[in-house]
Amino acid sequence: MKVEAKLEFQTSTAPKTGADLLIDLLIKEGVETIFGYPGGAVLPIYDAIYRARGSINHVLFRHEQGMIHAAEGYARITGKPGVVIGTSGPGATNLVTGITDAMMDSLPLVVFTGQVARSVIGTDAFQEADVMAITTPITKHNYQVQSVADLPRIVKEAFHIASTGRPGPVLVDVPKDISSEVLSMVPEEVSIHLPGYQPTYKPNPLQIRKLAEALPKAKKPVILAGAGVLHSQASAELTTFAEKHHIPVVTTLLGLGTFPADSPLSLGMGGMHGTYTANMALYESDLLINFGARFDDRLTGNLKHFAPFAKVAHIDIDPAEIGKNVPTQIPIVADAKVALTQLLDEAVASPECAEWHEKLTQYKKDFPLWYKLDSSGMSPQWLVEAIHKVTKGEAIVATDVGQHQMWAAQYYTFNKPHRWITSGGLGTMGFGFPAAIGAQMAAPDATVVAIVGDAGFQMTLQELSVIYERNLPVKIIIVNNGALGMVRQWQELQYENRISESILQTQPDFVKLAESYGIRGAKIDNQEDLVASLPELMAYDGPVLIDCRVLQKEKVFPMIAPGKGLHEMIGVKPQ
Amino acid sequence: MKRIISLTVQDRSGVLNRVTGVLQRRQFNIASISVGPTETEGVSKMTLVVDVEDEQRLEQVTKQLNKQIDVLKVSDITDKAIVVRELALIKVASSAQLRGEINGIIDPFRAMIIDVSKDSLAVQITGRPDKIDALIELLRPYGIKEIARTGLTAFQRGHQPQGNELSATYLLK
Repeated sequence: MKVEAKLEFQTSTAPKTGADLLIDLLIKEGVETIFGYPGGAVLPIYDAIYRARGSINHVLFRHEQGMIHAAEGYARITGKPGVVIGTSGPGATNLVTGITDAMMDSLPLVVFTGQVARSVIGTDAFQEADVMAITTPITKHNYQVQSVADLPRIVKEAFHIASTGRPGPVLVDVPKDISSEVLSMVPEEVSIHLPGYQPTYKPNPLQIRKLAEALPKAKKPVILAGAGVLHSQASAELTTFAEKHHIPVVTTLLGLGTFPADSPLSLGMGGMHGTYTANMALYESDLLINFGARFDDRLTGNLKHFAPFAKVAHIDIDPAEIGKNVPTQIPIVADAKVALTQLLDEAVASPECAEWHEKLTQYKKDFPLWYKLDSSGMSPQWLVEAIHKVTKGEAIVATDVGQHQMWAAQYYTFNKPHRWITSGGLGTMGFGFPAAIGAQMAAPDATVVAIVGDAGFQMTLQELSVIYERNLPVKIIIVNNGALGMVRQWQELQYENRISESILQTQPDFVKLAESYGIRGAKIDNQEDLVASLPELMAYDGPVLIDCRVLQKEKVFPMIAPGKGLHEMIGVKPQ
Repeated sequence: MKRIISLTVQDRSGVLNRVTGVLQRRQFNIASISVGPTETEGVSKMTLVVDVEDEQRLEQVTKQLNKQIDVLKVSDITDKAIVVRELALIKVASSAQLRGEINGIIDPFRAMIIDVSKDSLAVQITGRPDKIDALIELLRPYGIKEIARTGLTAFQRGHQPQGNELSATYLLK
């Protein structure tokens, strides 16, 4: 039973302020949803939101971390900037984790923070924090508004910077005296001029030709597809290119779904917990074509052993990524879609590599992903496969960070892009559930599943209020092993089984917890019950929390131990 | 190795913070930094002298600096034909009797005395960092009370010789 407070709205006769202008500018930018939390320094902005109700949708979260992860989930699905409003001081510092997460995973966000009035900035005023200094290293760009007249330009630039080139978070710090200033006149619209920001979309034709010439000479080519392919909406072009030239494809963790997992050319995910075949393909390759991946250390393993025999071509919109970790012979600064389109247009000869395909097929056959069923309880890998089956592989899946994240990446195979939301670079616990909320807002008709761990879920579970209030049918599946599973796994493998502070001795009753928020809850601890009830739970028209008890000792395999190379995977065969 | 990096930046609040932040994050040691306005209103020039381990890290930091929205241009001008200057103020302990002697030392450096007190005098010198270092060494025996240096500023000469006939690397020890 939903308890709703009756709100009566009154008509405002107050004069227009800087805050009204800000909200008008957001509406003009096409913003439909604001992820926000009010507070002292943003009272004028919330007054403007009150007066603009009906034209813009504000969603009140219960913690700033929750709302910014929701904005990230929203941005991941829509490709449009997630818009966040938080107050000064603690409101802003609570946003820091999400801003950093978005920076690492290149998600477009425009974050507005309130700030104390300009007259008291620098005096350690109540709820004052130096947000500009704090967020400088974790934003693509940040602004502090110094005059109402600058607002139109700053807002326009913020959206432009956040969503073009390599996307990322932009923060706009709005002092309270600016947002409450009564407008004497509406500042004129300005066109933006950013001479220091001119992202390169078109590749250098010379480099494209170099790649076109290298391709037919390759005997062991492989494509690595990262999230850059998602940002440029280039999955179709990538698939056509790979199929046309018959090149096998490895995806990164964030790149899952860029290439259909059911294609015979798909080798699966590469990296620390990737497939043996994907990692051996990267290791043995003589031509590695990277589209929009940043050669993260969790992908490369020990750099000494990363693609040691390969000529490397790297297509990235961010020139700073090229050559950062891996020496690159064919650097191509470009948007992935533009580069792929040019490669498809050019008369490029295909490589002859039947032997290579045979070898990879053999690897696939000899070293598939594996896990063992255990009669004593539910295997987490099996659970992910069961979710895949019930949702027909069509759900949007958001995860937290840790073992469940890796199992979801391994066993929820994606055939289509923009269905996978995970915190890759920063590895933020507490990300998955709120990110799923944002995704559900972006795609109201989609099945959205939050696959989370029992520990990470407890970091942002207060947002259960939001899915209840908005009746967002997010399905929360807690892969509950009563532990910080990945920490426990590393302690077992790397620290001689000294299990230090990674077992959760007590837990709430998650079903009752859900119910106290007005949400349906269920607890399942065996396979039979799951098979019997999951279809109905997933079909339920409303949010559901399912506490799935899984085997605590289960480990994520195969894996590349820290400091080891791609070819040194352990746990490749059932043990 | 020390390198001279020249940046033109938009004169906006926070830009210095962004630039030094990039260098700090990637663990570059800044030997000196100087900032000032340029011929264009709203555009400033920064000259950085940084300690870099290798070419790859130098390239990386140059690219990271270039990525900053308010950074217009980044160039490593160490190997170009450049004009390099630094200004230093040196306060030397000196009685009235020693003044003439010190004058004799600083004269060939085209430095000058800009302040005199009962027991000290202040020398101003402009030039390449190695020239300033040399003068400081010569003045040290008299007792140096204080040194203030601006850090190096530089730009490319009007004419760039072809090839590598002139390198500024020698300026930086």
